[in-house]
Amino acid sequence: MSIMIDSNTKVLIQGFTGKIGTFHAKEMLEYGTQVVGGVTPGKGGQTHLDLPVFNTMKDAVEETGAEASIVFVPASFAADSIMEAADAGIKTCVAITDGIPAQDMMLVKRYMYRYKKEERMRLTGPNCAGTISPDRCLLGIMPGHIYIPGNVGIVARSGTLGYEAASQMKASGIGISTSVGIGGDPINGCSHRDILELFEADPETEAVMLIGEIGGPQEADAAEYFKNHMTKPLVAYIAGLTAPKGRRMGHAGAIVSGKGESAAEKVELLRDAGVTVAPDPSELGSTMERVLKELA
Amino acid sequence: MDIHEYQAKELLSEFGVGISPGGLAYSPEQAVYRAKEIGGHQWAVKAQIHSGARGKAGGIKICSSDEEIWNAAEELLGKRLVTHQTGPGGKVVYRLYIEQVADIEREIYLALVLDRNKQRVTIVTSTEGGMDIEEVAATKPGSIHRLEVEPAVGLRDFQARELGFALNIHPEMISQAVHCIEGAYQAFRELDATLVEINPLVVTKDNHILALDAKMSFDDNALFRRPKISELRDKSQEDSRETAASDRGLSYVGLDGDIGCMINGAGLAMATMDMIKHKGGEPANFLDIGGGASPDRVTKAFRLVLDDESVKAMLVNIFAGINRCDWIAEGVIQAFDKLNVRTPVVVRLSGTNVEKGMQMLKDSGHPVITADTLSEAAEKVVAERNRVTEAS
Repeated sequence: MSIMIDSNTKVLIQGFTGKIGTFHAKEMLEYGTQVVGGVTPGKGGQTHLDLPVFNTMKDAVEETGAEASIVFVPASFAADSIMEAADAGIKTCVAITDGIPAQDMMLVKRYMYRYKKEERMRLTGPNCAGTISPDRCLLGIMPGHIYIPGNVGIVARSGTLGYEAASQMKASGIGISTSVGIGGDPINGCSHRDILELFEADPETEAVMLIGEIGGPQEADAAEYFKNHMTKPLVAYIAGLTAPKGRRMGHAGAIVSGKGESAAEKVELLRDAGVTVAPDPSELGSTMERVLKELA
Repeated sequence: MDIHEYQAKELLSEFGVGISPGGLAYSPEQAVYRAKEIGGHQWAVKAQIHSGARGKAGGIKICSSDEEIWNAAEELLGKRLVTHQTGPGGKVVYRLYIEQVADIEREIYLALVLDRNKQRVTIVTSTEGGMDIEEVAATKPGSIHRLEVEPAVGLRDFQARELGFALNIHPEMISQAVHCIEGAYQAFRELDATLVEINPLVVTKDNHILALDAKMSFDDNALFRRPKISELRDKSQEDSRETAASDRGLSYVGLDGDIGCMINGAGLAMATMDMIKHKGGEPANFLDIGGGASPDRVTKAFRLVLDDESVKAMLVNIFAGINRCDWIAEGVIQAFDKLNVRTPVVVRLSGTNVEKGMQMLKDSGHPVITADTLSEAAEKVVAERNRVTEAS
């Protein structure tokens, strides 16, 4: 078992016929993901990559029975597409799009509160690399070949740093149950903590790696969750020890603006909670290897 | 994106926030004329730079005559003002704001922020104005009130009233306070701000509520729908390297070290910088070239990093997902061909098409130093930096 997705997950592509949507739809199909169609308003009824195109998410869900979607819609329209997915009954939505206005995301989060918690769509991103369960389902833009199946979960704000973690673990022979990108924006869908809860409940996952960075309260929340509720070992790394205060480091969310938001403070909070913190980014794999040995 | 005080005041006043009469000046002559236009008997000549704490740095002069205004303007224009927010380099004053001095009864604080914790707009007020809010939070936490605004419903009158009464606003002036707070909220929402800070907001002896200083920041991601805000951008207040980078679609932050960095992905970029530091070096910059980088883009990024004269050695670290290592290699080779690169360059490639990319670098004949892992790459670039420094 993996979290959120598996080999039976039926996937719709939002922004299907665009250049980026097309490229990644092909990659996902090649990986074996069950892509069952997509949505591009105005192109309903056409066929793209031998799959049906729909005008609305409601039509697409009704016809295909899909429960997951991935959003490649441009930033100016993406918030609307995420809300459309929620309204159509999608259970798992990955928003890849980078550059969505923060106030649009504020409204997306507010909109999702229309649904009861157990019925609410699980959103990851925006501005993330997506989710992968190796050899079962790729719902994202990551290079599939750097992940081997196994029992470690990954949750990461950064895409490429998540790749670095996966490939270091692959080099040590450590496989992945599911890897989840939650994105680098200030207001996003699932938090580190939300994903840790899923890994804690997943019988296949034995240990988890958390890749955080400067800015925002999510790593502190994760530390608290680990301390009070988690039984599985957690290895963490926080990027941005060298980042100066008040400067935005690429990600809209990677800026130290308050207390507890610097890398050093986050590392301290995680250590105090009993999390194993990797000393530097070249030791993500080796730290996890050590933790797994202790577990065995 | 940040804007000047006078721009923030103009915007806020359009939404009903009270301000003192004032005007912009680019020369001492204009400054004096402005004071005449707006009237009164005392004026503040205020340096317009993208920073707070200008008063303490000598950027605000209170004047009572034409001569004083002229002298203040002459002194401030062209001056490099250093505050605790600008960094040691400071920022140059090219514009002045001339404002009628108000007769102040007391100073209070009003700010609106996009709160990441609550994922909502939060309004923060304090009866203690004119001081750094972090200082107030430490010394007089009881003076601070917070209110989260429900985004679907917006700010209601009763909420603004509650804030007004908590600020000890006189009942006769409460509707003025409500108007001011609601105006600031409207401006925040309708202009895609990430911060509105009015510090101090003042109550005058003649019973007006005025924004004495104002700061606004905007969401870069929302500028596509805010052309009027884009117009307010002042490149003279930005780091020229960062401006050049953003004009080329690259994300760059200048730092104080001497090892140039070029990386894809913000998280990996930060981690690579940390790794350099771990090996005893100091990064000269943060640079994320993003996904789907073409060879041309790589060349541009190279130029940007090497334009910084403090760079003694450079590290390229690419983990190709959407990117392809062969494209990156092509860009590196192109940069060497075009730019007469004399700085040692360490390249670490990983991910899609890595073998092909590494082979291309090897075959190019250029003195590119390659590395297989993050740790090896950082070690090599720090060694190169030390070698260059010792040789000179």
